[in-house]
Amino acid sequence: MPEPTEKTTPGAKIAYLAGGAASTGLIAGLHARLLLFPPYRLFVLALIRMGFSGRSLVIAVPYLWLLAFFLAPFLIVLKISLAEVVIAQPPYTPLFVFIEDGFIAIQASLDNYLFLMEDSLYWKSYLSSLRIAFISTGLTLLIGYPIAYGMIRAPKRWRFALLMMVILPFWTSFLIRVYAWIGILKKEGLLNLALMQLGIISEPLTILNTDIAVYIGIVYSYLPFMVLPLYANLEKMDLSLLEAAADLGCRPIKAFWVVTVPLSVPGIVAGCFLVFIPALGEFVIPDLLGGSQTLMIGKTLWSEFFNNRDWPLSSAVAVILLLVLVIPIVLFQRMQERSARAEA
Amino acid sequence: MSDSGTAERNSSTSAARKRWEPWNDPNERPHVQIANVTKRFGDFVAVDNISLDIYQREFFSLLGPSGCGKTTLLRMLAGFELPSDGQILLEGEDMSGVPPYQRPVNMMFQSYALFPHMNVETNIAFGLKQDGVPKPEIERRVAEVIDMVQLNAFARRKPHQLSGGQRQRVALARSLVKKPKMLLLDEPLGALDKNLRTQTQFELMNIQEETGITFVIVTHDQEEAMTVSSRIAVMDHGKIVQVSTPAELYEYPNSRYVADFIGEVNILEGRVAEREGDHLLVQSSEAGCTIKTGPSADEPAGRQVWIAIRPEKLNIALQAPPETGVNCLSGEVWDIGYLGNLSIYHVKLDSGKMVTATQANMARLIERPITWEDRVYLTWAPDAAVVLLN
Repeated sequence: MPEPTEKTTPGAKIAYLAGGAASTGLIAGLHARLLLFPPYRLFVLALIRMGFSGRSLVIAVPYLWLLAFFLAPFLIVLKISLAEVVIAQPPYTPLFVFIEDGFIAIQASLDNYLFLMEDSLYWKSYLSSLRIAFISTGLTLLIGYPIAYGMIRAPKRWRFALLMMVILPFWTSFLIRVYAWIGILKKEGLLNLALMQLGIISEPLTILNTDIAVYIGIVYSYLPFMVLPLYANLEKMDLSLLEAAADLGCRPIKAFWVVTVPLSVPGIVAGCFLVFIPALGEFVIPDLLGGSQTLMIGKTLWSEFFNNRDWPLSSAVAVILLLVLVIPIVLFQRMQERSARAEA
Repeated sequence: MSDSGTAERNSSTSAARKRWEPWNDPNERPHVQIANVTKRFGDFVAVDNISLDIYQREFFSLLGPSGCGKTTLLRMLAGFELPSDGQILLEGEDMSGVPPYQRPVNMMFQSYALFPHMNVETNIAFGLKQDGVPKPEIERRVAEVIDMVQLNAFARRKPHQLSGGQRQRVALARSLVKKPKMLLLDEPLGALDKNLRTQTQFELMNIQEETGITFVIVTHDQEEAMTVSSRIAVMDHGKIVQVSTPAELYEYPNSRYVADFIGEVNILEGRVAEREGDHLLVQSSEAGCTIKTGPSADEPAGRQVWIAIRPEKLNIALQAPPETGVNCLSGEVWDIGYLGNLSIYHVKLDSGKMVTATQANMARLIERPITWEDRVYLTWAPDAAVVLLN
């Protein structure tokens, strides 16, 4: 084993001891910096003595995080989805049952999943949720992109104020903001009043308790999730690229489509995921603004859980919802990795 | 018409080869005319009433320290900024209403501004595509310039997979492929290291000669400007101080600013004593002697003037010349810089003024005869001294 060349600080020596953990990357950097603190150093040294290498420790941290906050809750939900409903506390049958002679029986059934396929309410809810999430993500992109683009082209001294205008509504409760839309959209609400005063319409429009109100609610609520990643992405763009495009004979509108938009694809993808995922499972907005005919899986799940008190069935709904979300994301990432590798 | 300059330059067969100087030919029509152009940003005047003619096939440099307005002037030529006053004419046509995407002018950006999502080929083809050039022709012309800048092996790479020097070539190729009437280069070599820069300077000159495109380059590096240019405009605070060929600029600077900015110079202050033929006799207390200048314009006696003498034109000796009253400085060697090919002597004159003299080390010696604290005499030929009035 080669001798470490740098022995000046104990931190450097220990970083070397820790298996020469890759010095690049956020987690490795954090690990290296934390090594300067004695308690962490002792902890790492103890683990090393127990036979763990520094490299595996560095990799272990994000996995532990995912295990504790993602996989464990998911397994609990999965477990409940395999149970049957009973009137008890908790209101489902346990997975493991102790029977006589010290045997343990596993009690699981796929009945809930079969039921989801039988009853059209569920797949209709999934499809309707997907449709609403797709359309509202598209609308959010259409509205959010010009806002983000305007923000980066605005004079520098305005940017902070504009950014605050995007973030500030977050400081009020989400529920209150959605409730406020009821006051705007209802028959005798602000919007109808204003339109009638202006003489654009003679009869009040029915917007509240329709899908349109749900779209308005989702677009309004999730707009910052679209604007912020787009802003962060567009802000990094070198504006001399647009000058170069103009210099080479490209009109400004075309330059937007052939230079700005392709370069902002990572921001578009990030923003769309950030809007689409919560919109798909959204239940507050369809509950408050939507009508009785507005089907969304989040709302179905809510009534299954709180009104029917059918924990196993609602857990099955949640598991399927998760799969509906995770599978496309994984496929998308695979595709991106493959195209990145093809380029390199 | 405008090709006559080329014809002259190429007629190397004639024994007395005429120099290619379209700017001295009254029949030559300027390719670009910058007429009384001013650019203001609020209260700040970036370009102050500049008039300049640039001729076809010139390699023209705008030289000056940062903030002198050279980049603003270049951006006005490209169309990214509009003049607050004045006109820019390209081949006699006013450019003020023409947006950048319709000007037959291309620019190579300081940051190169390569499109990161396109590879070398598509970056270069971008401009031709905008003009609706048919595909086979695009392919042919792109291959041609890729060949010219020697990037054949990298045609499919993206900008982030290239070195700084390669990116610089892509940027050059992209701006050349449309065969613009004028190519603008904003500090094109600024990001390269010194060796690569020197090499690329000569390549740029070759490409310019090969393509016959008028080049206008912005630089703050006087060596670069001297190497590549047919003419240099020295700028300061939004104004042009002098426009000349590199040699004229060095040997006949018109002001202390230019003399100081281009190369090293010793400047001695004095007053005109009298006129002797077409020479001036200048009394300088800084020099401690009378300075007899080269042929120069008549100046009234008593007028304050500055005498500029380049270090390499000073002759340094341990023995006093026969006449020490005229064109002879004497002082003590203060510092010596030995560069191998040259030695630089800093001499402190009796007046306390420091002057610099350089000597080519023509003899092969380890011990140079002149050393620290020696008393030395500096002499020069009368025409080495340039009279500056401001």
